[in-house]
Amino acid sequence: MTAPLLSVRNLSTRFRTERGTVRAVDGVSFDVAAGETLAIVGESGSGKSVTALSILRLIPDPPGKIEEGEILFEGRDLLKLDDAGIRAIRGDRIAMIFQEPMSSLNPALTVGMQVGEPINLHRKTVWAKALDKAAELLGKVRIPDGRSRLSSYPHQYSGGMRQRVMIAMALACQPQLIIADEPTTALDVTVQAQILALLKELTREANSAMILITHDLGVVARYADRVVVMYGGRIVETAPARQLYKTPRHPYTRGLMASVPRLDGDTDRPLVPIEGQPPDLATLPPGCAFAPRCKEAADRCRSERPPLVESAPNHFSACFFHDRLAS
Amino acid sequence: MQAYIVRRVLALIPTLFFASLIVFVTVRMIPGDVIDLMLSQNDIGASKMGREQLEKALGLDQPMWIQYGRWMGAILFHGDFGRSLWQNTPVNEQLLQRLPVTFELGLMALIVGLSVAIPIGVYSAIRQDTPGDYVARSFSILMLAVPSFWLGTMVMVFPSLWWGWSPPIQFVPFSRDPWGNLSQMIIPSIILGCALSAITMRLTRTMMLEVLRQDYIRTAWAKGLGEKLVVARHALRNALIPVVTLIGLQAPLLIGGAVIMEQIFVIPGMGLLLLDAVSQRDYPVITGVFLIVGVAVMCINLIVDLSYGLLDPKVRYR
Repeated sequence: MTAPLLSVRNLSTRFRTERGTVRAVDGVSFDVAAGETLAIVGESGSGKSVTALSILRLIPDPPGKIEEGEILFEGRDLLKLDDAGIRAIRGDRIAMIFQEPMSSLNPALTVGMQVGEPINLHRKTVWAKALDKAAELLGKVRIPDGRSRLSSYPHQYSGGMRQRVMIAMALACQPQLIIADEPTTALDVTVQAQILALLKELTREANSAMILITHDLGVVARYADRVVVMYGGRIVETAPARQLYKTPRHPYTRGLMASVPRLDGDTDRPLVPIEGQPPDLATLPPGCAFAPRCKEAADRCRSERPPLVESAPNHFSACFFHDRLAS
Repeated sequence: MQAYIVRRVLALIPTLFFASLIVFVTVRMIPGDVIDLMLSQNDIGASKMGREQLEKALGLDQPMWIQYGRWMGAILFHGDFGRSLWQNTPVNEQLLQRLPVTFELGLMALIVGLSVAIPIGVYSAIRQDTPGDYVARSFSILMLAVPSFWLGTMVMVFPSLWWGWSPPIQFVPFSRDPWGNLSQMIIPSIILGCALSAITMRLTRTMMLEVLRQDYIRTAWAKGLGEKLVVARHALRNALIPVVTLIGLQAPLLIGGAVIMEQIFVIPGMGLLLLDAVSQRDYPVITGVFLIVGVAVMCINLIVDLSYGLLDPKVRYR
């Protein structure tokens, strides 16, 4: 087996707050192969966005800090690079798409300049050429009449259009890896599907890998090859997407699935919410973080933390009862 | 854009009308009459002109609204601001002589102020809570707290005591000796500019901190830009929009400060002219100066409003 494109090993990111140190990401490990789409799923506060930001070292420090771990990208540890080294990776080899298209584009700069900027920066291309390329990229993300659009400003665009601009910007240098942090959360439902389909199509075309961060399991089913489910800053389950759907091996994943409406299958099936609140990361219980909300929880779950074990080939679960759940 | 400028300029007319009215009336409400002053002075008293004759000669015997009408009419139709009551010289001539000096002082102070305030404000924000930031903030508080007339006086007094050197007070016009003129203007400009820079620096810092927390700054970092480009290209423009507003609001302050500096450093600008005119109750001179200052402030504000468009693409002039 060839080495993965990205290999995150034992990543821990902490935030210092007034209430003490919060472990937003705690000992997370996963791999992304070249050309693969990996989904990271979880509720708000599960640590999925912090994981994404940690990869490019975009965690604001202070208050945040990557305490330990390795992020191996093409064999190099991104955490050990100097400033110039990580800047050369950002936007060139690994690009990022953010959640809020409304506020993630600079209101004072033209769209052309913002899309062309990574090309000008990383390829040392003169601006005129970079803008040519930007026009081409806008065409790729299906913004009609790209050339005349170069001189417009973000406020003249709708939310969906802005997210297309963000995608064009991310694709500018043909990165090996695109990290999309909830790229459709802020958009209308009708636009969401278009944007995701476009993103998937363009990453496949460019043979880029993608980390798709979402809280929507429906999105995962259609677009991801593999899934990482996070809860309370840790990975609770990871498996190939189909396998995860067929036989979830963690009660949290099962809960997530039961709470998502499905259009294929039985539409009369009631939606079952997961009871309780997401955990407070500042005061995590000593055992399984999900135990207080878990119907299956036993005494052992509250005192001892279940390790992530390979429950089936390529299917890992951090539940003591993973075998029982599968049957 | 052109239509907007035309409309703004037209809107200046009523504003100027009211300003002129207020200026004209309030000047005459200053206690102490010009005639009393003149009569108390020997040289005029010696000519044995009576109060009525003097009033008639100066045109002050007419009702005030007629005086206003004549004054306004002369300005509107002939561009004539009248004559000084004391020297009988045209006010226009004096204004033309003094205006460029004050303008130069104000402009230099503004340049000094901004070139101190903006870089320090930006530095202070991107190095928040470092010793450099504390020094910059303390400096701005100091500049805010120290009155410029005191600082000006100190600069006049102490160097002469310590080193036998004092700023030159023999005024040289720019046209005759540009270098000598600039070296003379630079000290009052620095003092005035530093006083103005205090608030501008604080606002630049606050706005910069605000902008640096925005999502689009994170996007800029994610693209791989270095700190210089993130700050200069992505943050500064957005942070400067409120700073420009502040500069507009400071314009009257700048002129007020120039009056004080001119007095301390004996610079023959409009400030000094105004001060002399007020103490002599030389009505046409006072009203002339006020009117010019009013026009200047309004023009500065128009320029400020227009410059928003350069910084903020969302601004549309309709």
